[in-house]
Parts: sequence; C-alpha cells; structure tokens
Amino acid sequence: MMISGAEIVIRCLQEEKVDCVFGYPGGSVLHIYDALFKQDQVKHILVRHEQAAVHAADAYSRSSQKVGVALVTSGPGVTNTVTGIATAYCDSIPMVVLTGQVPTQYIGQDAFQECDTVGITRPCVKHNFLVKDVKDLAVTIKKAFHIAATGRPGPVVVDIPKDITAQMCEFEYPKAVQMRSYNPVVKGHLGQIKKAVQLLQEAKRPIIYTGGGVILSDAADKLTQLARKLNFPVTNTLMGLGGYPATDRQCVGMLGMHGTFEANMAMHYADVVLAIGARFDDRVIGNPEHFSEEKRRVIHIDIDPSSISKRVKVDVPIVGNVADVLDEILKLMDGGFTAEPEVADWWKQIDEWRGRDSLRYRQSEHIMPQFVVEKLYEVTGGDAFVTSDVGQHQMFAAQYYKFDKPRRWINSGGLGTMGVGLPYGMGVLMANPDAQVACVTGEGSIQMCIQELSTCKQYGLPIKIINLNNGMLGMVRQWQEMFYSKRYSQSYVTSLPDFVKLAESYGHVGMRIEKPEDVEPALRKAFTEHKNDLVFMDFIIDPAANVFPMVAAGKGLTEMILAEDL
Amino acid sequence: MRHIISILIENESGALSRVAGLFSARGYNIESLTVAPTEDPSLSRMTILTSGSDEVLEQITKQLNKLVDVVKVVDLSEAAHVERELMLIKVRATGKDREEMKRMADIFRGRIIDVTESTYVIELTGSSSKLDSFIAALDAGLILETVRTGVCGIGRGDRILKV
Repeated sequence: MMISGAEIVIRCLQEEKVDCVFGYPGGSVLHIYDALFKQDQVKHILVRHEQAAVHAADAYSRSSQKVGVALVTSGPGVTNTVTGIATAYCDSIPMVVLTGQVPTQYIGQDAFQECDTVGITRPCVKHNFLVKDVKDLAVTIKKAFHIAATGRPGPVVVDIPKDITAQMCEFEYPKAVQMRSYNPVVKGHLGQIKKAVQLLQEAKRPIIYTGGGVILSDAADKLTQLARKLNFPVTNTLMGLGGYPATDRQCVGMLGMHGTFEANMAMHYADVVLAIGARFDDRVIGNPEHFSEEKRRVIHIDIDPSSISKRVKVDVPIVGNVADVLDEILKLMDGGFTAEPEVADWWKQIDEWRGRDSLRYRQSEHIMPQFVVEKLYEVTGGDAFVTSDVGQHQMFAAQYYKFDKPRRWINSGGLGTMGVGLPYGMGVLMANPDAQVACVTGEGSIQMCIQELSTCKQYGLPIKIINLNNGMLGMVRQWQEMFYSKRYSQSYVTSLPDFVKLAESYGHVGMRIEKPEDVEPALRKAFTEHKNDLVFMDFIIDPAANVFPMVAAGKGLTEMILAEDL
Repeated sequence: MRHIISILIENESGALSRVAGLFSARGYNIESLTVAPTEDPSLSRMTILTSGSDEVLEQITKQLNKLVDVVKVVDLSEAAHVERELMLIKVRATGKDREEMKRMADIFRGRIIDVTESTYVIELTGSSSKLDSFIAALDAGLILETVRTGVCGIGRGDRILKV
C-alpha cells in the first residue's frame, strides 16, 4: 500500500518503538504533524522553544537506554536546535533530530524559512542526511537510529524536504542496515586485554578513572565487580558520576578542576591508571605537561580510537565497547589471572589524603549552597534524578549529591550549556514517569530556558527546581574574584523576577527560602505534599560561596586551591 | 612532516565538506586536496597533502576514519608509493622567448597543448617538486597563469586501497 512520506516518518518512529517525540510545528513539517495527529502510538510533547525540544530528547536518552527524538521545522526551527545538538554531541548522547526542509525544488533559492541544515549542523552531529527521494526515507531514518545508538553514540539529523513528506511510496522498514563505511568496533583486542590484566596485577598505586563511557555502555555493574575484585580506588569524571557507587569506600569522588583532594592526588601519583570511557580532557587532568611529569602507565578502554592518546600517551590502548571489554577482563581474571595486587600502602596514603576532608565548607548565617544539596540528597534518599545547568550550582550538585546509580546525574559536561536543566527534567520525566526529579540550577541558568515552565504545566511534569540564587553568575564571579582582582564585570544579575510569582503565574508552586533552618522543611514539603506539582524553590544563598577544591586553568592536578587555604 | 593521505569515501553530496570541515575545525593543514570518483562511481577517492607531527597525523587518520561516509583511510607516505601532480601553465611566447619556452618544456618533458601567436599552454606532470622547479626555471615575468591539480598518489606493488 502506498502511504505518504509524512506517514512513513511516523511509521518509522513506531517501528523504532519511539513512544514520545519533543517538537514544535511549522510550515515545512505540517504534513508530518498531520500524520502525527492521526495516530496515538507516538506521543508529542510541545515545547516552547526548539532548543528545549532537543535538550529534552537528549535527557530522555541520558536517563534511559532509548534514543531521544526531536522534530522541528526548517530555518529558525533548525537554528534553534543547534545548541542542543552540540550539547548532545559533546557528551556522546544518542539522539535523532528530524528537521523539516523547504520543498526540494526551492532548496538553494533562499526560500522562506530555508537554511542549509546539513551544513549548519555538520560540525556538531555524528552524521546527518538530506533526504532527496521518498524511496530513501525509511532506510535513511533506519540508518539514523542505527548510527546514533552504535559505536560512540551521538546525535544524527535527518533533513526532510516538505514535498518528500507529501509524495506517496510503498513502506517497508528495513530490519537491519549494512553500511560498508560504518562498522564500529565492539570487542576489544584480546592480546591488549591480556596486557592490561598483567599491568593491573603489577600495580602498586593503581587508580580506576571512569567517564561517561561507562554510563553510555551500561557497564556500571561490571565496573563495580571489577573494582571490588581488584580493591582499587575509583574516581569518576563529571560525566561518569553514578558509574560507581559514590557512597562506596573505594570511591574517592570526582576528579578534575573541582574534584576531591584525594581523587586528584591519587590520579596524579598513581603508577597504573585504568581509564575507562573517559578522555583525559582539560577539566580532568589540568595542565597535560604537569600531568606527564609523573611516570605512570596508562590502560585506556574506549570505543572511539581518536580518544586514545589524544591528550595523554597511552601504553595499553583497548578499542572496544566498555561493557564488552570489562566482561573480557573479568573473564580473564576468573581463569588463572588472580589479580590481588599489594595496594594496602596505597590505601593508607589515600585515606590520609581523604582525611583532609576537602569538601568541608565554611558555615554562614546565610544558606550555603552545599548545604542545600546535602539536604536534597537526604530528603530524596539519594535516589532522585538530578539535572543541572552550568556553573557553581552544577559543581555543588556533582560534589555533594552522592550518586550510587548510573543515569541519575543529567548535565551538560562537555559543552557546558546553561539552560539545559529544566528541559532535561522534562526529558527525564518522559522516560521515567514516576521518578523524583530535581533540577539544581541558578538564577542565571534557569532564565535561559524559563519558558519551559509552560510545557511542564501542560504535561503535568512535577520537576522540583532548586534555584541556588546568589544574584550572581556565580562561577564567573568566582573566577573574577580569584583571577581578575574582584572586577566583577557583568557577573551581577540585577532585575531578577520574583520567581515565586513567576512560578505561580504558570500555575506552579513557588517558594522562597532565606534561612538555613527552612531548607529541609521546604524540601520535604516539595517532595511530599507537592509530590505531583512542579515546585520552584528559590533558595537565597550566601553570595560569597565558592567551589573548592579548585585546580585553576593551566595548573596541575596537585596544585589545588582548597577551602582551608583561604 | 609531509604526508599524503588517501581516502575512499562514499560519493555523496556533502562528503567533501565533511572532510574539509574536519580539517578546518581541528586546525589541521591542507596543502592540497584532490577528489574524483573511482572506477566504482559510488566511491570517491580523495588525496590530501598535509603536514604535522606523528601525534597530529595519528589524530588525522583516526578522525577521518570516524566520519561515517569514509570507507578507508591510508597514509601513503608510510610506505613505498608514487605520486604525481599535473600543472597547466600559460606562458608568454613571443620573439626569442618562443623558442626558449619550447626548449624548457622539452627539458622538463612537458607538452605544449595550446598555441597562439603570443602564448603557449604547457602541460607538465610529475612530483610537486618537479613542478616547482619548472616554475623556478622560467623567467617569472613570462608566466601568465598556472593551475595545479594537487598531489595524487598510489601505493607501489601489492599495496592496494580498495573496498
């Protein structure tokens, strides 16, 4: 039977078991929206700005094992998605973005709402397609889902001209796709894996350093098994939080620019580093020259060969899917390779570093932001999905909320996109309808996608917004205080709205919390009495609070500034 | 270090911009780039002349391999290969220069492929350095126009880049 291109798009989504799409209609996608209207298998969430559609689809992916989907119109619809696509690309999040395009015969003629979608998105997608023939539509969408979710995942854009969505064609959804140019490696090289196991056995001062790859590959359980077997310390990157239980004794916390003292010291002085799905980026190892001053041997497991030996020279590279490689390592260790390295002295050293208690913070008559996150952790039983924006509040959330499970910490690590927190909360709730979701944000970030309060009302999404309000772009202010002689250039946010009234005007619950003793009751009220409401909690916090420890830009990992130094 | 990277890539619109975009986005050099379909019209072969340290070259080949449209990548300069570049050069050919130009073209084994009363177009093929030498050997004032294809290369013997 012949069906229209628009119907083919929807049928493809159904075949991919997509239960919800985040989008915004417009001229070029009207046929697709009409086809969407005539069915009820794929739900559509109408956002208030296309950027939020992509962020929400991104968080839908991050918080589940499914591929998020966004649908937008041509021209400005597409340009508005670029931030969201780049955000997902930097963190390797699988996502499919369907974009309308002007009719084929108008392409290149500066038509109304035309832009070169494939050109504009090319540097920030894993791949993109322009569909030029309705006969290619289904197979292109199939390829898009395949490419997005396999190998090192990433966003894929499919640009569909309007005339293609009107043309009629037989529909057949391919079961599988074969691409001679795209065959990502899965299994690691056995010889390399054996070398790695050998090296792990010889380690005296080992560390397991893990990133987002562990989460993306759903390898948290295997990592935990391996770490326990070896009795090695584990540190996570910002993207890797939850890959290993934060409350476990072997976890030394996050490393990097705002990592714990013990994590950074252990990373720097380790003799064997087992890097898993992490990429030694500038926020993690600081100055690479300083890092390379200490001799160490590095094993690096990553699905993307270009991440290996990019910033730090690797001794044992293992290209493969993290879960598969960890399986192989565990198997080898069961069969003959009994790795019981002598690491007792190393642990003594680590515990001494840990004794510095580098996350201790000063007390104040004002609400300290760290205290709010600690209370949030208690009130939610450590089991919430926490989304965040970018800045001080993000670091406080990462440092003080102890993530024991993967896919619970949802933030923009690589691109560092302000404004993601609220739409991320929407995506999490669509993928996990009964979850507790807290969005830890600041008064700067939240205003970048504040319009989504309206979407949350429409679909009844009970996000708990924890607004750490210091009236400042906190992280900018912190750098200006420390490195620009307190010249607070443009970091002071004046003319803030009354967030309580703002929330109420959207039909949500607003609270303003100004005293430390009110923090916990407010949170409890929000998560119990207002369980099913979106609650905007405006915490007026100590404006001088800073994030420590801190490795300043260009400094080495061990050159941390600690709160106790000040 | 000078390297010649050969790429087999799906012959689809936009494939060239993916490669060119990768080089500009990551700050890699392109000294020349040549591309045309192969005997299998669904594939294009691209040759890029680039330079960089071993680490940079390793990243270039890895990043190229990561592009979804790229089927194969090889660094030709890693082993025995031959390389050629073609140049068309238009020169002033009047008076005593007319004979001199013909002689120079013969010495460099070039061919004159267009003749007018006052100009020649000389076709010259060879390594890039041979083309450079030819240009250097001519009186600069007589060169009207040059166009070069950029380097293309192929492995020697059993070294074959094919799907």
